[in-house]
Amino acid sequence: MNEGNDLSLTIARIVQRLKGSHLHSQIERQAKECLHQPEIKLESLKEDVRSFLKTSGWERKLQNAVYRELHVQLPLSHPIAPAEHLKEPLAYMRKAQASWEKRVLKSLNSMSSELGVPLARMRPAAEQKEITNKWNEMGTDEPDLSRFRPVYAPKDFLEVLISLQNPNYDSSEAVSSRSHWGLIHSPLNVRDIPQLRRSFSELNLTTGQLGIDDHAHIHPDLFESDYVQIGKKVVEDQDSAAAQQYSRRGCPTGLRADLWALILNSTNQPQDVMHYEQLKAGVIQHDLLVDKLIYKDVKLTASNDDYYFVFEDFLYQVFLCFSRDTAVLEHFKYNSATPPKAYVQGKVDDEECAVVYPPNGVIPFHGFSMYVAPLCYLYNEPSKLYSVFREMYIRFFFRLHSISSSPSGIVSLCLQFERLIQTHLPQLFYHLRQIGAQPLRIAFKWMVRAFSGYLSTDQLLLLWDRILGYESLEIVAVLAAAVFAFRAENLMEVTSLASAEAVLADLSTLKVIPLIQIFLFATAI
Amino acid sequence: MVMMMMMMKMMSGHCDQQRALTCTVKPALYLNMGERPCDAAQSGVCVVDVTLPFGKTADIEEITFQNDYTASVTVRLLRRRPGHEAPAQWCTALRDLSLMDNPHSEGGSQDYYSIHRSQMRAEPDNVASVRLILKQPSSAWLSFSLKNIEMFPHTEPEPEKEVCDWLSDLTLDDHLTQPQDVPDPHTVSSSLQQMWALTEVMQSDQTTASVGRFDVDGCYDVDLISLT
Repeated sequence: MNEGNDLSLTIARIVQRLKGSHLHSQIERQAKECLHQPEIKLESLKEDVRSFLKTSGWERKLQNAVYRELHVQLPLSHPIAPAEHLKEPLAYMRKAQASWEKRVLKSLNSMSSELGVPLARMRPAAEQKEITNKWNEMGTDEPDLSRFRPVYAPKDFLEVLISLQNPNYDSSEAVSSRSHWGLIHSPLNVRDIPQLRRSFSELNLTTGQLGIDDHAHIHPDLFESDYVQIGKKVVEDQDSAAAQQYSRRGCPTGLRADLWALILNSTNQPQDVMHYEQLKAGVIQHDLLVDKLIYKDVKLTASNDDYYFVFEDFLYQVFLCFSRDTAVLEHFKYNSATPPKAYVQGKVDDEECAVVYPPNGVIPFHGFSMYVAPLCYLYNEPSKLYSVFREMYIRFFFRLHSISSSPSGIVSLCLQFERLIQTHLPQLFYHLRQIGAQPLRIAFKWMVRAFSGYLSTDQLLLLWDRILGYESLEIVAVLAAAVFAFRAENLMEVTSLASAEAVLADLSTLKVIPLIQIFLFATAI
Repeated sequence: MVMMMMMMKMMSGHCDQQRALTCTVKPALYLNMGERPCDAAQSGVCVVDVTLPFGKTADIEEITFQNDYTASVTVRLLRRRPGHEAPAQWCTALRDLSLMDNPHSEGGSQDYYSIHRSQMRAEPDNVASVRLILKQPSSAWLSFSLKNIEMFPHTEPEPEKEVCDWLSDLTLDDHLTQPQDVPDPHTVSSSLQQMWALTEVMQSDQTTASVGRFDVDGCYDVDLISLT
């Protein structure tokens, strides 16, 4: 009885969200136009229109849109649960997130007043013209950014996560020595290898994978050719759900762009291009302080990276537009974070003058640009690249830099990483802890960026295939543990944090799928 | 479209639009083992009594609460049969409803729950008092309880209105044969209705999509982020 109610509620919600969308009006138009066709009979109007929509592919588009809504809908919860409970059920985590946000905003405010740069201002006409002309080559600009510093770096965020304490948790020595091994003290429920084996069953040793079975010295007829054929069929059928399932075993390089766009239901229709142009107009009209932070971040990270420096101009275009996209605000319903509020022209008492700063509510941190950089290999059209990135951010990446109890949230990933090593490599964990090299201190930076910038690009894309396919970031924690397992022998011999970091400094030669497969399916338990 | 229209349903209102029953939630009583209070070990069991005002009974529709690290709850009811001299009787309405999948970890620890009368083994009618037995076997937590316990009364659904006898005596006249070249009026009228409904939907098209402006009348000059 309850499931029936839940289903009706979900359906009503999705209908409400799709109503008035561009897809809705397109389907209506198609339905109207098809009435002229001879095979549509008045007696069986409903069925004939329905079957027309099915054969012309519009029903599939609707299915994909519904599937996308299911990914981003609020979790169904008790009617009396307040909105903040939907963002994050645990009170102490909400509190920690709020105080972290306050710290970040204070830092941003003081940067603005110290440097005398307003948080946002209208560009004068000459400047607007200049930026319009320079739009495709913003990388050639070398503004003086020495006074600007990133608002925070991942290691600052790690300290906050380490200090997370549940006030109701008994952390006295007698309770559990395990709670004192690692850095994370939140008792979240994380999955161990037996449970992960069940969820990630497509990665097992006997199933063909891209990243393993497409290796040069394995004949393509054994696996690769057939797999690519199936992939082509999935793209032809334009089915989101099938694409997501397919992606679990990897996406062929030539089909990956289409498959990811299908999974994310990211179209590049005229209205998407128009939306992007509207954002670009927002960039030209108003100058934001966060733009400087973005510039600085791109210069410090992506521009210095051998794989990504060529895409510098694209990154500016995507990020400057991202900051101005109010559509991103929707994801705060299920994100534990809250968009910062400000008042235009200092009119603090006037609610009419209340705005969100920046318009998308997301303040970039050091390394943020690495979320987009790998996507530049897949999409060369800015509006398409933008649309795919935005969808990936509101489904996955936001969880990597906000405090929440979600199984894909960074707190759970850190705990899962620590538990996997504690359980399956206890000697290594103990040794590293003894020499003052807590494993999480080394692995955190990898996980916060979902390994972007640490792996070679082809390996990173194979990893992100699985993130999309399984709709979970847990694979990132598993890979982090697998890397430690792989380098365990060397790590057992080091005697300091610096040498442990050195052993794990270069991951660019790693092949990630074999590592994950061996760790999950060949570890003795 | 037609499909979407068919899917729109009105949701029935939830119980909390009704008023909760007035009742007293007694302070939680933690059961301890051991003779002397200072030596007592926690047993992980606690009892919360929710009583109605003296002499009153009620029929319960639903009990709602917010969890506070309780792993499972058992519901016992003290029922007093109306008009009878016999003393009120305790019975178990629900045994060990799990609130936390894993008592050692956070899942479900602060979630909102409701227990509906349909989940109860015994009819929660003429209830004078409800006893909630809370269990938390894990020693990971310092304390456990339930918050904001509320009970809602059961109301009888309205009886279905009966159709007048003479209306139900009318039958469709099937004897008239339909002329062959005129379409069946029933199907024509139903498809006309559908077309009308389609145009209605198109006219009432209210978009939930936002316009996307982030400024206030073209102005977006911001000097300070509000910290409150």
